[in-house]
Amino acid sequence: MAETGASPAPRSQPPDRRERPLRRDPAAGIVGGVLAGIAAQLGWDVRLVRVLFLVGVVVTGGLLLAAYAVGWLLIPAAQSGGRAAPAPVPGRRRGWQLGLGVGLLTTSGLLVFRELGLWWSDAVVWPLVLAVAGATLLWAQSRRADATAAAGPVAPRAERAPSDQSAPAAALTPASRLRDLYRGGFGVALVVGAALLFLSQVDALGAARDAAFTAIVAIFALALILAPFIWRLGRSLAAERAERVRSQERAEMAAHLHDSVLQTLTLMQMRADDPREVAALARRQQRELRAWLAAGGEAGEDRFAAALRAAAEEVEDAYRITVDVVAVGDADLDEPAAALVAATREALTNAAKFAAEAGPVSVYAEVGPEQIEAFVRDRGPGFDPDRLPEDRRGVRESIVGRMQRHGGTATIVSVPGSGTEVVLSIARDAR
Amino acid sequence: MSDPASIVIVDDHALFRSGVRSEVEGLVEVVGEAGSVEEAVRVIGATRPDVVLLDVHMPGGGGVEVIRGVGAVDPGQRFLALSVSDAAEDVIAVVRAGARGYVTKSISGEELAAAIERVRDGDAVFSPRLAGFVLDAFAGTVPEAEVDPDLDQLTMREREVLRMIARGYMYKEVAQRLDISPRTVEAHVSAVLRKLQLSNRHELTRWAAERRLVD
Repeated sequence: MAETGASPAPRSQPPDRRERPLRRDPAAGIVGGVLAGIAAQLGWDVRLVRVLFLVGVVVTGGLLLAAYAVGWLLIPAAQSGGRAAPAPVPGRRRGWQLGLGVGLLTTSGLLVFRELGLWWSDAVVWPLVLAVAGATLLWAQSRRADATAAAGPVAPRAERAPSDQSAPAAALTPASRLRDLYRGGFGVALVVGAALLFLSQVDALGAARDAAFTAIVAIFALALILAPFIWRLGRSLAAERAERVRSQERAEMAAHLHDSVLQTLTLMQMRADDPREVAALARRQQRELRAWLAAGGEAGEDRFAAALRAAAEEVEDAYRITVDVVAVGDADLDEPAAALVAATREALTNAAKFAAEAGPVSVYAEVGPEQIEAFVRDRGPGFDPDRLPEDRRGVRESIVGRMQRHGGTATIVSVPGSGTEVVLSIARDAR
Repeated sequence: MSDPASIVIVDDHALFRSGVRSEVEGLVEVVGEAGSVEEAVRVIGATRPDVVLLDVHMPGGGGVEVIRGVGAVDPGQRFLALSVSDAAEDVIAVVRAGARGYVTKSISGEELAAAIERVRDGDAVFSPRLAGFVLDAFAGTVPEAEVDPDLDQLTMREREVLRMIARGYMYKEVAQRLDISPRTVEAHVSAVLRKLQLSNRHELTRWAAERRLVD
């Protein structure tokens, strides 16, 4: 097997050994997950590691805190799906406790610096702690929002969900959004409060306060004045857009009506002396308009019922007759079905030629589980099928012959005086 | 023939109302017209016609609303639905609301008059298209447990009658072909109408919804 040196395969060891690189576990940790990661690496209980850490902080006079910070920066976070979570951790903890933890961390860090003699002023302590805690809250929240938006409720999160209903996966419920807002507002308040505190402590606020107050009042007044304008502007923009869409639709409809309906009406006026022609024109227009209104609701041409209707429409157009099609059920237009449609068309053509004056021709087709049947019925003069002249190839070849070639049957029932019915039947393709 | 039936024509297009009026002139007695749902309820209540010719499609709820509005006052009023739309969903809805039949607007004057007579006499009127709708809607098998044989399935004979109607045969011709009396044909059709109106077959609704536009 060729060893490709460039291949990034850090997990090439057998997975059942615990020799994996050290990873932070932000999901299980309180602050950055460093201790949780170490605990997972060592196979110890995370609480034990935390107690040891606290003892270490006290003993080293705070230096271990710096080590923690370095570890947080340098140790990459574990992929959440790569391992089983050792202890289910409530997701809510992430924001508040992170803020609190970082605030405390900062406090102790400052205390360490003070102890070591690296010190500027006591005035900086509270503002800095508050600002860091607030910033952490905001930071944690924006990261969480990112993660939720990117990941959605994926399985690893769901694994932990049962232990706490406020798991991150639920971040998009209204209640949790409210909580986020509350937390975000709290973070902002912390940071702003810290800034004000700092400014007041260094006495820079006195002069700035007047200017800021003036500015705020001015902005408020301006907002009051402009609000109705802005509101109305937004409203009228929306209305204008809606109007534009409407007028576009109207133009499209007008164009269609002009191309189709008006043209047909003109044609009908020109042919007013030929009622059959007029009726055919009207019918074709009606069909077109209906198809246009249905806009795509039509079944494809590769289905039996649609093909049958299309065939009927062609005969209608060609011979200026009316064909009423009733189809029950549907099937794919395979070979037998296509043969049946072709034979039906031929029967319709015959009816159009010999029974056109006798009112509409009815087509009834029924797709059963084993066979397809079609009935073409006209109310014409009728004829005697047994005395069909040899040259009437239409009936003999196109109807009877075609059906027989495809394993179907064609029966012609004609009673002189009360019309003709062609009954076509074919077995469905057993595939 | 007995007295001509009195009818009210309900359609939101005045042009169409006058068209129907001239078609059936002399065959039935037109006692009123209405162009909206409210007007229809008022006119029908005032004139008490034998049959109401009802457009399926109208602003304000269509024929179904008219049947509801009138039915609240006079549940015995008879309706015949008339439509160009042929949307199965609407046709089935208006028949299930209580119309005793459905014919397309392309029907001839005499045929329409005959259909009106039949509805007046309490029979059902099935055009080939409605027969096709019903056959399609009642096609297929229902799980055994859900079948109410009285309502959810057509008998062999009813199916036969409907198929003949779908093929374009008149009731009289159907009777001849099946060798039964015309009254029996009408009894079968009325039975099918009852099933159509009362059946809970879930296919009916689903099927109608799938076929928003048939033609």
